[in-house]
Amino acid sequence: MSKTNITRRGLMKTGAATGAGLALPTIFTSGAAAFTNEPTGSSVKLGFNVPQTGPYAEEGLDELRAYELAVEHLNGMGDGGAMNTFSSKVLEGNGILGKKVEYVTGDTQTKSDAARASAKSMIEKDGVTMITGGSSSGVAIAVQGLAQDAGIIFMAALTHSNDTTGKDRKANGFRYFFNAYMSGAALAPVLKNAYGSDRRAYHLTADYTWGWTQQESIAAATEAIGWETVNNVLTPVGAGDFSSYIAPVLNSGADVLVLNHYGGDMVNSLTQAIQFGLKDKVVNGKQFEIVVPLYSELMAAGAGENIKGVYGSMNWNWQLQDPGTQAFVKSFGEKYGRPPSGSAHTAYVQTLLYADAVTRAGSFNPCAVVEALEGFEFDGLGIGPTLYRAEDHQAFKDVLVMKGAENPTTEYDTLEIVEVTPVEQVMYPPDHPMFGGPEASLGECNDGA
Amino acid sequence: MDAIILQILNGLDKGSAYALIALGLTLIFGTLGVVNFAHGALFMIGAFVAVSVQRLLSLSFEQIDSTKTDFLGNPLKVKVPYVESWFGPEVGATIIDWSVPLAIIVAIPVMLLVGFVMERGLIKHFYKRPHADQILVTFGLAIVLQELVKYFFGANPIQTPAPDAFTGSFDFGAMIGFDPNVIIYPYWRLVYFGFAAVVIGAVFAFLQFTTFGMVVRAGMADRETVGLLGINIDRRFTIMFGIAAAVAGIAGVMYAPILSPNYHMGMDFLVLSFVVVVVGGMGSLPGAVAAGFLLGILQSFASMNEVKSVIPGIDQVIIYLVAIIILLTRPRGLMGRAGVMEE
Repeated sequence: MSKTNITRRGLMKTGAATGAGLALPTIFTSGAAAFTNEPTGSSVKLGFNVPQTGPYAEEGLDELRAYELAVEHLNGMGDGGAMNTFSSKVLEGNGILGKKVEYVTGDTQTKSDAARASAKSMIEKDGVTMITGGSSSGVAIAVQGLAQDAGIIFMAALTHSNDTTGKDRKANGFRYFFNAYMSGAALAPVLKNAYGSDRRAYHLTADYTWGWTQQESIAAATEAIGWETVNNVLTPVGAGDFSSYIAPVLNSGADVLVLNHYGGDMVNSLTQAIQFGLKDKVVNGKQFEIVVPLYSELMAAGAGENIKGVYGSMNWNWQLQDPGTQAFVKSFGEKYGRPPSGSAHTAYVQTLLYADAVTRAGSFNPCAVVEALEGFEFDGLGIGPTLYRAEDHQAFKDVLVMKGAENPTTEYDTLEIVEVTPVEQVMYPPDHPMFGGPEASLGECNDGA
Repeated sequence: MDAIILQILNGLDKGSAYALIALGLTLIFGTLGVVNFAHGALFMIGAFVAVSVQRLLSLSFEQIDSTKTDFLGNPLKVKVPYVESWFGPEVGATIIDWSVPLAIIVAIPVMLLVGFVMERGLIKHFYKRPHADQILVTFGLAIVLQELVKYFFGANPIQTPAPDAFTGSFDFGAMIGFDPNVIIYPYWRLVYFGFAAVVIGAVFAFLQFTTFGMVVRAGMADRETVGLLGINIDRRFTIMFGIAAAVAGIAGVMYAPILSPNYHMGMDFLVLSFVVVVVGGMGSLPGAVAAGFLLGILQSFASMNEVKSVIPGIDQVIIYLVAIIILLTRPRGLMGRAGVMEE
């Protein structure tokens, strides 16, 4: 399902991965390459694999906008955006290692099998050196495994499940986005302040890896502040009508509803919970509350009025005031006439980080890139100093706690930043039981040779 | 007991939607003999009529508010809806607030027209073809309509709220002697159920008590004989197609506040509605309605945690399971007549 934006035949890839069944038909074949899809022409191709259909499609489309902007900046067009504020100064706007950046896009359809097929075609047909994208942890984990086996780099975009850098971590995969554990760690103190420590929570959870790990993380974090978890009900992704899951909530004695839903599902479940009048009820002598642990601007826009006063967490928000954020928001806003979403920010940053790592390593070899990214500390790309931890390839930085704004002035400031949670508070050891425990391992980096 | 009443109530609105779609499907199948896989798309178009009416009513011009700035530091452009500047802020806001009920007035002619165009323009040419051909062409049409909607409205669900007067829920439990907050039911869903009952009643009354309806029923029973009596049955059937489209359309309009419209909602409902038609009995209107409510309520029961913990995933398959059991015990469905699709 991937389509190329470049049709010049002369730019066909020359690398041919021998032995892995990845041989590419090309007239310029010059023999065996040192690693999968080694770019030998004047350009390098990246694969942007995002959902363009399905419940997370809107997030995918915003990611694509950001990827296009990042490619522009890498190739020296536009104002350079956050490349100017990035603490690493090796990117010069002449592509990556002097090679012009080209890209192919694919539609993951928010389904693991479609995402794998699309990624496979990018690797085998288009010869990409790196794949990024995915707006679902199920998809991200599937594509990360594929990238590991094929010997290319996977820069995960929107994936929040603990498993991506937990039990399913891979040497060739890196995640900039925060995860469910971090959401719980950041949210719990704020929830305790706002709603007290004597609360009974009812969870509705999307029935796949992300939902499970988020529910586990939020339940653990809220139980640590004294809350009780009354019930956890798994709901199918894309269910549409959640009323039969919402109706029994009040009767359960719960006074908080936690919606472990994302994208279109969250828009529907929150809207229906409001229709049931949950937020107007008083249970156990307390005002009933709703919590949406993982927020996004696009979901907030979809849910409209209903998110007022609802707490959640985010990886990044355009209202931050640091120079990296401002530079990115300015170039994105001028190009597209709207502020970028958090998904767009992650997509943009991951593309720059890959280009930077290749340049610092002086090679497109995935193992060299892995080495350059492991333990890499940087700043100036938004939300402050960040570390790519070597042990699990998870980025560590501050986490935002958000709340639905009471009086938004435009459709873009429907969420407000309540707190910037310092990174120390969301830190955990790499062998944490929620992340696969001591058995979890990155394995060996694979360059496909 | 309270949980059971709760799920029966809950099944009613979903059941209403299934019943309304299945009713249209059965009407079309009974009159024209066409298996219309584009019927879910008509439901979806109805929901998007509600979205469009809401957007039209909220059409705004921009006023520059120099006291505030936007995210790039430019003066903020504030959107003021035209209706608010024409009728004053209060009346204007009320009109926008009531856009979903207002959309019904728009949806009826729009859907009749869509129905006529669909029948005359495309489906007419497939009457003599096998059912497989009809299914393919109507399924294709559904995909085309779905992609068109996606092109114009995007892939995300679009929130289409009901009027403010209907937010919140009604405490049914307190009325019949349970503790407060045990059995609650959102007002809008109550409205939806009442609305569905009225529409279903109207369709039956139309078929039962008007001459037009009588001719259509005669045509459904024996098309050839009615034709030999000199009655232009084709034209009446075309009108029935339009009516079926309008029923699906207004069902969609009213469902928009319950389920934020998205481009694939039609497909989601279509498959279930087909099961409803088959369970109810091909060609039987009362069967379609009864099966719609039955399956809606069963689906609600299957979503209960108590049930799900015994048989995980039952909420996903219950409808198909029931369909299999009913077809095994009553091969013609609940109220199916002999001779339909059995040639």
